[in-house]
Amino acid sequence: MNLIYMDHHATTPLDAEVLAAMMPALTSEYGNPSSNTHAYGHAARYMVDSARAQVAQLVGAPRPDDIIFTSGATEADNLALKGIAHAKDYMPARNIVTLAIEHKAVLDAARRLQKENVEIRFAAIDPYGVVDLDDLAAKIDKNTILISIQTANSEIGTIQPIREIGVIAKKHGVPFHTDAVQALGRYEIDVMRDHIDMLSISAHKMYGPKGIGALYVRRGLKLTPIIDGGGHERNMRSGTLNVPGIVGLGKAAEIAKRDLKSESERLLKLRNRLEDGILRRIEHVRINGHPTNRLPNNLNVAFAYVEGESLILACRGVALSSGSACTSTSLQSSYVLKAINVPDFLAHGSLRFGLGKSNSEEHVDIVLDLLEKGVRRLREMSPLYDMAKEGVSIESAHFSRHARGK
Amino acid sequence: MMDAWDDYSEKVMDHYENPRNVGIVEKANGTGVVGNPACGDVMKLTIRVENDIIVDAKFKTFGCGAAIATSSMVTEMVKGKSLADALEISNRGVMEALGGLPKVKRHCSVLAEEALKAAIADYEKNRRDISPAA
Ligand code: FES
Repeated sequence: MNLIYMDHHATTPLDAEVLAAMMPALTSEYGNPSSNTHAYGHAARYMVDSARAQVAQLVGAPRPDDIIFTSGATEADNLALKGIAHAKDYMPARNIVTLAIEHKAVLDAARRLQKENVEIRFAAIDPYGVVDLDDLAAKIDKNTILISIQTANSEIGTIQPIREIGVIAKKHGVPFHTDAVQALGRYEIDVMRDHIDMLSISAHKMYGPKGIGALYVRRGLKLTPIIDGGGHERNMRSGTLNVPGIVGLGKAAEIAKRDLKSESERLLKLRNRLEDGILRRIEHVRINGHPTNRLPNNLNVAFAYVEGESLILACRGVALSSGSACTSTSLQSSYVLKAINVPDFLAHGSLRFGLGKSNSEEHVDIVLDLLEKGVRRLREMSPLYDMAKEGVSIESAHFSRHARGK
Repeated sequence: MMDAWDDYSEKVMDHYENPRNVGIVEKANGTGVVGNPACGDVMKLTIRVENDIIVDAKFKTFGCGAAIATSSMVTEMVKGKSLADALEISNRGVMEALGGLPKVKRHCSVLAEEALKAAIADYEKNRRDISPAA
């Protein structure tokens, strides 16, 4: 019964224009772009080529061929990390420099590579999640085969100093990969200007279809494929091309570029309305993430003394997500909030708002009312709120007993 | 469409929306505060015992919908019960009374059982401290 969707970091709805563009590829134009003996194949090839150009334009890639289509950004991240590591496995020692707040696709791919004796180094971040550039430079040495740092974080929205990172990478002669999934369509990015060697793209985070993404790979950079087969995509990603998905990604990229300025300005206004409203109407809240260098559609707020899942329940009809342990199946609170040292009791009461195209001022005002009421009600029920009022420090509070596990 | 509400039974949602016995019992003679190491939630249960009967019980809980609902349910279940009977209440019993909980939320009901046990233990300790065992 969700009436208001405010979880656009998780995924976005398919744009009607994108669906319309995909329809021919889903119906009459069903050719395989690898078939060059007939018109079906030629038509499909033409559609894929146009989409490739559209995606290249979104990120400033000099040639359409620099775009390698994948099944999504998870695969793109895996290809970037494993592709480089495997291409350099002749080196006696290899290391990758990244951040503790990267997407799981980067972190888990890195963890897998550790088993192949690739060392993973984490550059320091500040309490907003911004990389410490001096520490980053200090972590690089002659065995560094890759720097992988996201453009913007999916939970706290913090935007990294991408160009400065690119300059450092270039100076050291180390390839620089960025997962730009959250930033595309919301923040301007240009692989040439920012010295980016690889960049991960996902269609469904920018109103395109699920199951399709891409990796920009700078010409000349050698990657070992992670999927072998017919040698598609400049030998870097085999498998018959997902033509409808690719057409959808192309159209979504074109729209993202076209609407970038107007939509990010609109989102920023909405976000500020939400943020100002929360700060004005609700006490004891804290913004997680960078105050200004943050995606225009992102807001991550800790509502002290209340738990996130119960607050989401209070916002019935609004699709939201939380950093609380209680909303995760693993019962761990968000690793991103942990990495930026948000204390557990605040991570517990953190909600993530991800605004998008369908959201209006009216939506923001409805959510503000629900939050204000919900927080008030839950704090009346909260023993932590009482302790705080009595001046007991919550982090040092001792409980008379600890419940056993299950 | 599904939302967070759909994971819970109607009864759970009723107790979440209209929790019974929120607060601190006046002249409580037993208090249990427990933390849930699994996810970090906290429940405080206060009871008033007279002649071995729990005459009043109130809770304060910081936790998920299931934690709030089980807290509310346990206060309803213990009222009017003898201490011996109250000690028989298990997290399973509380869950059943609520029409079940999603699997990942079962541990939340442990909080309620443990808070009850802690409150009764506290009551017994208080009693011993005031009038040393004869
Ligand atoms: S109390 Fe944390 S999951 Fe229920």
